[in-house]
Amino acid sequence: MSDTHAETVAFVRDTMLPQQEPPASTVGFLGWSKTNLFTGPFNTIVTVLCSVFIVWLLWMLIPWLLSPTWNATSLGECREFLVAAGRVGEHGASGACWGVIRERWIQLLFGFYPADLYWRPILAFVLLFVALAPVLFSDKVPGRLLMFTMIYPFLFPWLLWGGTIWSPICAALGFVILFAGVKYLSGVIGQLASIIVSVLAAAAWWLFVSGAVQDALASILPLAIQSVPSRDFGGMMLSITIGVVAIACSLPLGIVLALGRRSDLLIVKSLCVGFIEFIRGVPLITLLFVASTLLNIFMPPGTSFDIILRVIIMATLFASAYMAEVIRGGLAALPKGQYEGADSLGLDYWQSQRLIIMPQALKISIPGIVSTFIGLFKDTTLVSVIGLLDPLGLTNSIRADQAWNGIVWELYGFIAVLFFIFCFGMSRYSMYLENRLKTDHR
Amino acid sequence: MTDTSAAVTDREIDRSQMKVSDEVAIEIVNMNKWYGTFHVLRDINLTVNRGERIVIAGPSGSGKSTMIRCINRLEEHQQGKIVVDGTELTSDLKNIDKIRSEVGMCFQHFNLFPHLTILENCTLAPIWVRKVPKKEAEATAMHFLEKVKIPDQALKYPGQLSGGQQQRVAIARSLCMKPRIMLFDEPTSALDPEMIKEVLDTMIELAEEGMTMLCVTHEMGFARQVANRVIFMDQGQIVEQNEPEEFFNNPKSERTKLFLSQILGH
Ligand SMILES: Nc1ncnc2c1ncn2[C@@H]1O[C@H](COP(=O)(O)OP(=O)(O)OP(=O)(O)O)[C@@H](O)[C@H]1O
Ligand SMILES: [Mg+2]
Repeated sequence: MSDTHAETVAFVRDTMLPQQEPPASTVGFLGWSKTNLFTGPFNTIVTVLCSVFIVWLLWMLIPWLLSPTWNATSLGECREFLVAAGRVGEHGASGACWGVIRERWIQLLFGFYPADLYWRPILAFVLLFVALAPVLFSDKVPGRLLMFTMIYPFLFPWLLWGGTIWSPICAALGFVILFAGVKYLSGVIGQLASIIVSVLAAAAWWLFVSGAVQDALASILPLAIQSVPSRDFGGMMLSITIGVVAIACSLPLGIVLALGRRSDLLIVKSLCVGFIEFIRGVPLITLLFVASTLLNIFMPPGTSFDIILRVIIMATLFASAYMAEVIRGGLAALPKGQYEGADSLGLDYWQSQRLIIMPQALKISIPGIVSTFIGLFKDTTLVSVIGLLDPLGLTNSIRADQAWNGIVWELYGFIAVLFFIFCFGMSRYSMYLENRLKTDHR
Repeated sequence: MTDTSAAVTDREIDRSQMKVSDEVAIEIVNMNKWYGTFHVLRDINLTVNRGERIVIAGPSGSGKSTMIRCINRLEEHQQGKIVVDGTELTSDLKNIDKIRSEVGMCFQHFNLFPHLTILENCTLAPIWVRKVPKKEAEATAMHFLEKVKIPDQALKYPGQLSGGQQQRVAIARSLCMKPRIMLFDEPTSALDPEMIKEVLDTMIELAEEGMTMLCVTHEMGFARQVANRVIFMDQGQIVEQNEPEEFFNNPKSERTKLFLSQILGH
C-alpha cells in the first residue's frame, strides 16, 4: 500500500486537520518583543542602546520636574525651597521653578484680557468644538448642527471683541444678500451675471450701508457686551484665534488657488501661479512686518484696520499658497479617468469638481493639509516679533519682571506642552479621518 | 491562438426589438482631428441610425478611441461636423452637457468613483444633472443594478467588486441617465475571460432592447452575433465597413484581410 502511495502523484486527503494554537513563542508579549525588538543581533543592540538612553534621560529629567517649588513667588524663593529640600548639586540648587507657572499661567493663556471676561474666550473656545463637530465627525454628529457652524463665524469675533450685537448680524446679512442674490437671480439673468451682481451688492452693503444700519439699530436697541481692544489680546488665546481663523480661511482659498493654477484660462492661471510663487518665496516674517507697518501707509488716512485682523490676513495668504500646492498634488494624483467619468455623465465643471474631484483630491492630500495647518498654527508665534503678545511674546515680559528674571526652561516647556497638545490633536485627527475615508480597499 | 470570433453566447439572440429606424442618431461629416501636428482622424464620414449596433475594430493606435470620444466631446474635433441627436457639437458648453447626458459611455478602466458606493455612483448624475428626486433616482438605480445582476452589491464600494462587476456597474451607471446612445470603448479588454462573458451578456441584453450602440472591441464573436455593421479603421481612417457576415467572410481591403488574419488566427 505505502509503496503505491509513494509512487503516485495523485493525493487525496482522508482526514481534515483541526485548528491548532499557534506556538507560544509567536504570541503574547514574548512573541511580540521577539518579532519587534530582538530580531537578530543588530536589532537587539539597537533596542538595548535605546533603552539605556531613555532610562538615562528620565533619570535626569524626572528629579528636575519633581521639584517642590510650586508655591514660590520669585526665582530666589525657588532656590530657597530647593536648598531647604536638600536639593543642592555641584552647580547650586537643581530643580525646576514652577512658581512662575502657578503665578502666570492665566496670563500665558489669556494675555491681558480683562479677568472678569475670561468666560467669553472660554465660551468661544467650547463653542468652537460644537461648531467643528458636524464638520469633523460628520458620520456621528447630526447634520442639523451645521446650522450652528454657519452662525459661529459671526459669533466668534463678537464674543472675543465684544461690542454691539448688531455688527455680527449686519455682517451676516451681507452673506444673506449674496446667497439670496445668486439663488433668485440666476434664473432671471443667468448664473455668472447673478454671481457678479450679488457680490457687488453684498460688497456695497458691507462698505457703505451696513455701518449706518448698525449704528441706527444700536441706537434703537442698544444690545451690547463690553468691548475689548485688540491690544489686550494675548497668550494662547491669541495664537488660537489667529490659527483657527487662518486655518479655516486658508483651506477654501487654497482650493480656489489650486483650481486656478490648473485652469485653462491663461489670465486666471498666471494670476494664481504668480500669487503662489510670490507668497512662497517670501518669509512669513516679512509679510507680518508688511502687515504691521506698511499696510497702514497704503490705507486711506483715518481708517484704522485692526492689527490682529491684518496679521490673520497675512497668515491666511501665506498658508493658502502652501495649501494650494498640497491640493494641486492631490489633484495631479487623480487618474484622468475620473475627470472623463464625470464629464461623460454630463456633470458640469463645478459639479464634477465638488462631487468627484475635490473629495478624492482632498482625501489624498489630508496628511499634507494637516501638516500645513500645524505649521501655520506654530507660525502664529512669529507675531511676537511685531509686538503682539502671544505666549512667546509674553515670556519676555514675564522675564522682564524682577522676580522671574532668568527663568527659561519652565516657561518654554509650558508653552511647548500647550502647543504640543493642539498639534498632536490635529495630527491624530488626520489619521482618524484617513482611516474613516478609506474606501478604496487596496 | 483561439478563434476570437467564436460565439459569445449560446442562447438565441432575440432580434424582435432590434430595429434599425430611418431616424439618424449620429451624423459625422468630413471630420478631422489633430493632436498637435499629428493628424489622428482623417476625413471621417459616418451616419448611425437609431437602433444600430456598430462595432469598430482596427489595430492599436488607429484612432478608434479618439473617434468615439469625439462623439461626446471628450475630445475636440477641429474640422467637419458632428451632429448627435439633432444637436451639433460646438464649443457651446450648454450643448455639450446636454449631449453628454444623452450619450452614455463605458470605458476600458470603468472609471467608477471610488469614494462613492455603487448606489451613489449610479444616482449621482441623475440627481445633479437631471434633478431627479433622490428616492426616485435610487429606485431607478436599483432597477438597472438588478438588470446587470448585482443589486446585492449596491452598498459596497467599487474597490470591493471584481472587474466584471465594476464594468457592469459602469454600464448601469450610464443607463441611469436614460441615454439614447451608448458608447463602449474596449469595455472588456481589461477583464479575465469569465468576466468578459458577463459583461458581454449585459451588452447583448442592451442590444436586444433596441439601444443604439457604438462599440470599440476586439470581441469579434460579439460583432458577428450582435452588430449590424462592422467598421474597420486604420491610420485614422475608416477603411472598410460592412455587415458582419460580409465583413468577416469576404473582406474587400488588403488591410482588413491582414488585420482579420492576425486577430482571428487564421
Ligand atoms: N492625448 C494625445 N495626445 C497625442 N496623441 C495622442 C493622444 N491620444 C492618442 N494619441 C495618439 O493618437 C492615435 C490614436 O489613438 P487612439 O487611442 O484613438 O487609438 P486606438 O485605436 O484607440 O488604439 P487602442 O486599440 O490601443 O486603444 C495614437 O497614435 C495615439 O498615440
Ligand atoms: Mg483605445
